[in-house]
Amino acid sequence: MNHNSLFEGQLVCLAPFDPDKDAETEARWTHNTDYMRQTFFEPLRPLSVAQVKKKYEEAHKKEERNFRFAIRTRADDRLIGFVALEWIEWVHGVARFQFGIAEAADRGQGYGAEAVRLMLNYSFNELNLYRLAASVGSYNTGAIRFLERLGFQQEVRRREAIQRDGQYWDDVLYALLRDEWKPTAG
Amino acid sequence: MLLTGSLTRLVALEADQDAELHARWSRDVEFFHLFNFGPARGATAKQAREWLERDADDPNTFVFTILTQDGGKRIGLTDLSVLPRWQDAYLGIGIGERDYWGKGYGTEAVRLVAQFGFAELNLHRITLSVFEFNTRAIRSYEKVGFVVEGRSRQLIQRAGRRWDSITMGLLRSDWKNHGY
Repeated sequence: MNHNSLFEGQLVCLAPFDPDKDAETEARWTHNTDYMRQTFFEPLRPLSVAQVKKKYEEAHKKEERNFRFAIRTRADDRLIGFVALEWIEWVHGVARFQFGIAEAADRGQGYGAEAVRLMLNYSFNELNLYRLAASVGSYNTGAIRFLERLGFQQEVRRREAIQRDGQYWDDVLYALLRDEWKPTAG
Repeated sequence: MLLTGSLTRLVALEADQDAELHARWSRDVEFFHLFNFGPARGATAKQAREWLERDADDPNTFVFTILTQDGGKRIGLTDLSVLPRWQDAYLGIGIGERDYWGKGYGTEAVRLVAQFGFAELNLHRITLSVFEFNTRAIRSYEKVGFVVEGRSRQLIQRAGRRWDSITMGLLRSDWKNHGY
């Protein structure tokens, strides 16, 4: 068992967010409309640096049921995205899983896949969770393919739950059980 | 008429009357397990009152006490938690008084609260989730027109095994087609 590898990959590492260093980058992300719509259902709301800092403080109060890590490149220690668990229900060992790589230039480089593999390992082997669910809009075909490569199975389609650009889309729920998890997939 | 059926009627919570009832129902663990994800912990009337008041004050939560038409007995509660930006809402219902299980009271209350969601709140869809062992509830939701949209495998651990949760949805178009 290599304890050091929990947060360290070849390309990226997972780290806590640092409000002083990271708030400016995250505020910039909230202005990236493609990224925000791909990653979140909530309607886009650009945030100031001060608003992002306030969010960090609020997150601190909810950390019993939430984990959120920054994805940083190992080569140049650059913040490129996040992985998160939310709504953890410890009694049942289940949680919601979320991830995002903000800039298009950082996608398709293997950063996201490695970060997500680290987070799945953390979820199943450190937090001892049993089941992770992820929810994606039916328009997000990239994320759907990625979840399927990781071994997530489609479970629920909430029809017409999302409305964007005058069109309805389904909210598609995927889940991965600990027994189905393949540490090298993705 | 909105909120009024032949067996039941939906009315605002009355913290004074409802807190005691909810505290009693929360100690009925079989009932509690039918629709709660978290662990049973029992509630005092004071705690129940705080929850009820919080829900009643939340502008995006519409919570009602279910009254019988005959005698005005308070038998349960139902609520819609609205996601206002998506015209979507999560529906919850519980009939705490066991004498009123399996007699159509719950089904009618679901129908009334769904009707309220579409006709008054202009929702586009309503979502609910139900544990696979709660077959009476599943039948009742199907009667109202809810459609199974999927199954969250092994979502909860109870009584020594894992159980699925079933997600059901009712679209505005399903509702119109269901003869209201």
